Amino acid sequence: MARRSHVQTTLNGETVEFLCEPRQSLLEVLRDELHLTGAKEGCNNGNCGACSVILDGRLVNSCLVLGVETEGKSVETIEGLAGPDKLHPIQDAFLENAALQCGICTPGFIMSAKALLDQNPNPTEHEVRYWLAGNLCRCTGYDKIVRAVLDAAAAK
Amino acid sequence: MLENKEYKVIGTRPIRHDGVDKVTGRALYGADFQAAGLLHGRVLRSPHAHARIISIDTSRAEALPGVKSVVTAKDLPDAGDKVADLGEGAVNLKHLCDNILASDKVLYKGHAVAAVAATNPHIAEEACTRIDVEYEVLPPVLEVRQAMAPDAPLLHEHLKTASMGETADEPSNVASHLQHKLGDPEKGFAEADIIIEREFVTGTVHQGYIEPHNATAHYNADGQLTIWCSTQGAFTVREQVAEILQYPISKIKVVPMEIGGGFGGKISVYIKPVAALLAKKTGKPVKVLMNRADVFEGTGPTPASYIRVKMGATKEGKITAAEAYLAFEAGAYPGSPVGPGAMCIFAPYSIENVIIDGYDVVVNKPKTAPYRAPGAPNAAFGSETVVDEIAEKLGIDPLEIRLLNAAKEGDRRADGPVHPRIGCIETVEAAKAHPHYTAPNGKKHHGRGVASGYWFNIGLESSVTINVNSDGTINLVEGSTDIGGTRASIAMQAAEVLGISAESVNPSVVDTNSVGYTAVTGGSRTTYATGYAAYEAAQDVKRQMIARAAKLWEVDEANVQFADGEFSSINGKEEQISFRDLCARLGETGGPIVGSGTVNPGGAGGAYATHVVDVAVDEETGKVDILRYTAVQDAGKAIHPSYVEGQIQGGAVQGIGWALNEEYIYNAEGEMTNASFLDYRMPTCLDLPMIDAVIVEVPNPGHPYGVRGVGEVPIVPPMAAIANAIYDAIGVRMTELPMSPDRLLKAMGKI
Repeated sequence: MARRSHVQTTLNGETVEFLCEPRQSLLEVLRDELHLTGAKEGCNNGNCGACSVILDGRLVNSCLVLGVETEGKSVETIEGLAGPDKLHPIQDAFLENAALQCGICTPGFIMSAKALLDQNPNPTEHEVRYWLAGNLCRCTGYDKIVRAVLDAAAAK
Repeated sequence: MLENKEYKVIGTRPIRHDGVDKVTGRALYGADFQAAGLLHGRVLRSPHAHARIISIDTSRAEALPGVKSVVTAKDLPDAGDKVADLGEGAVNLKHLCDNILASDKVLYKGHAVAAVAATNPHIAEEACTRIDVEYEVLPPVLEVRQAMAPDAPLLHEHLKTASMGETADEPSNVASHLQHKLGDPEKGFAEADIIIEREFVTGTVHQGYIEPHNATAHYNADGQLTIWCSTQGAFTVREQVAEILQYPISKIKVVPMEIGGGFGGKISVYIKPVAALLAKKTGKPVKVLMNRADVFEGTGPTPASYIRVKMGATKEGKITAAEAYLAFEAGAYPGSPVGPGAMCIFAPYSIENVIIDGYDVVVNKPKTAPYRAPGAPNAAFGSETVVDEIAEKLGIDPLEIRLLNAAKEGDRRADGPVHPRIGCIETVEAAKAHPHYTAPNGKKHHGRGVASGYWFNIGLESSVTINVNSDGTINLVEGSTDIGGTRASIAMQAAEVLGISAESVNPSVVDTNSVGYTAVTGGSRTTYATGYAAYEAAQDVKRQMIARAAKLWEVDEANVQFADGEFSSINGKEEQISFRDLCARLGETGGPIVGSGTVNPGGAGGAYATHVVDVAVDEETGKVDILRYTAVQDAGKAIHPSYVEGQIQGGAVQGIGWALNEEYIYNAEGEMTNASFLDYRMPTCLDLPMIDAVIVEVPNPGHPYGVRGVGEVPIVPPMAAIANAIYDAIGVRMTELPMSPDRLLKAMGKI
């Protein structure tokens, strides 16, 4: 077994330390080492976006980032989005619009939408569709997801 | 369109009960399960589409540090010739076992051959590369007509065609033949002024759920086997694992975790028995996960098919006869959905003379599994295109010809059943009245198409128990895994009975030891049948509560009535108590109340849909864009309209993917060359417009609130609707799926 590296990073605003093998992806580290299972594995090759997280302000597929690459960086995951008694407006909008069915893609879509609204608070429908094209949903046909993101933008 | 005069909860749009967990990442899906001492399993899969296994040597894998166990088909009990009925019809147990781990032959690339449990997933993967399998490679059979040819290589030396009660003498790749006949087709065609006969080919497509299959198993020293997994039916996992491992169901507990999509593809088991074998051999919990390529190559797609449809009509547009020939690829083992395809193909029409022949044919592709209205979309692609051509040739509006021939109550389907009250006419009329249908659409290379579809829906067994809480809420326990909001749609039916809010119901989906038998979440049955069980359980609670009120007031039960959440006495005494206040007094009136409901309802109501689509065809590239999409569907009664719309939109979009992009692309060796989400191109949100879902409500007489299943029928019309729109745009009839740019360019004579 490869020697494990020590990594220190900021995760959802808190400093965390972990050990991981050089070959372990950030997705594996989040799920298997840190037990944050909100990011999902749908393809493990960057095609589906179910593992979307925000790394130093930039949307990434955590399956395409190595755990060791997060040294000294800041990682935001779905688990850090809601306050103790209040959901993030995007989360509220997903619930109110029934923008999920099975829910497996939902954390990825919400992180992706957050990254969009962080840099473009008033996107058009086309901009939402363009931005979210890296996230696959097989249940909803995307209609209610796009509406939820537009609603969340309007509510801000 | 939606009316909601008679109900307080049904027809409203509450936040789903599992919603917060699912938007915060807290909901636990199968792969999220963790246990102390967990081992990780991986499966070695065949690199060949068709080969005999000469030998398997696992010694190099077993020698790798960290490897705890390796299993092959030798670790499965001998299946013999047993035929098991697993609720999905009779299944040859040898075929079922061989699909779990191949014994003598591998029948598709991706067929499971061996599995490893190791201390981490990377070691398990590495160990798989150290299993030495010697194969004798055989020629693959990759297409249904090729497989039916008399000189085709045989997949199964002992498979003989079963045809209407007779079994052939010689082995064949044709597992079975069915025929439905109504009236006198020959006479019907003789009466026709116009006869159109066309042939159609559809590709192999996958359900495409985002969550790969997963299973964690643990054997206790007392022989208790527990399996945590995502599945469409915990009880069917229990049954299949019990049959495959020859193990009593009483010693198996299946815990359904949240499920990340299924669409029919998570009914069959693949790695669950493998996880159980590895757990038994190691004494440790073992988690087995598939990767995306495993899912494409090793789990059920829905079949490719070859279809011929012939229909005749008078010049006034009355369809006088219809004939269909359906040859479906079953994949490696018999069991394609050609049966349901044959049941549905002409069901939107009232036709007196019909003949339908269906063939179930094995080929060297993964064993097919159900996919949303299995069989019906393939069939409707053929029939709905032919209906469109008849309408066009006769100069009749395509929705008008559907109205002229629409199936209605009392008509007989070609496979036998007589339609009860159905909403076929209503969906066509709603499509015709929709502004989309009359909106201008005259641009060059723009076209509009319509198509209808039918799915019969099913009932089957469901169980629900309700525990009444002292604060006026109820805990509802169910066995139907929730793929798309059914906790809400089931809870709302119980709430309606008891006059409480949807939020006053706490629904839980529990394991097989904790609720009565419940069949799979499939067949569009969950809101119908489990909702029915919830209705019955709530009625049971209501009856018991009435008895408590009667006791409290010292009156006869017949003198207590319940309305609007209030119990009151009639005939003399002026007593009144709310549901909530009576809940607080259960202790003093006899103790807790548990209500139960179990059903196996026969009254599942068939569902109809009619879709309208506008497309633009790019003449240079052959790419088809969807400009506007309207999907009209009879839901019977929409319990939670948002999730009904969601089913309609999702089904339509899966159909759009099937129509335009999706297919398994094979090379000559039978290897799928596009086993990733990048290359197996499912629609993204950038490919689509909003999908206008229009709910029609023609109540199903077989359900207390009129519910029809809604999940499946929306995938039936899209392929033909889009093909008809492409014809309208460029004047070319597309008869092969998917209608990808290369096929469009060929059809337009550009390449």
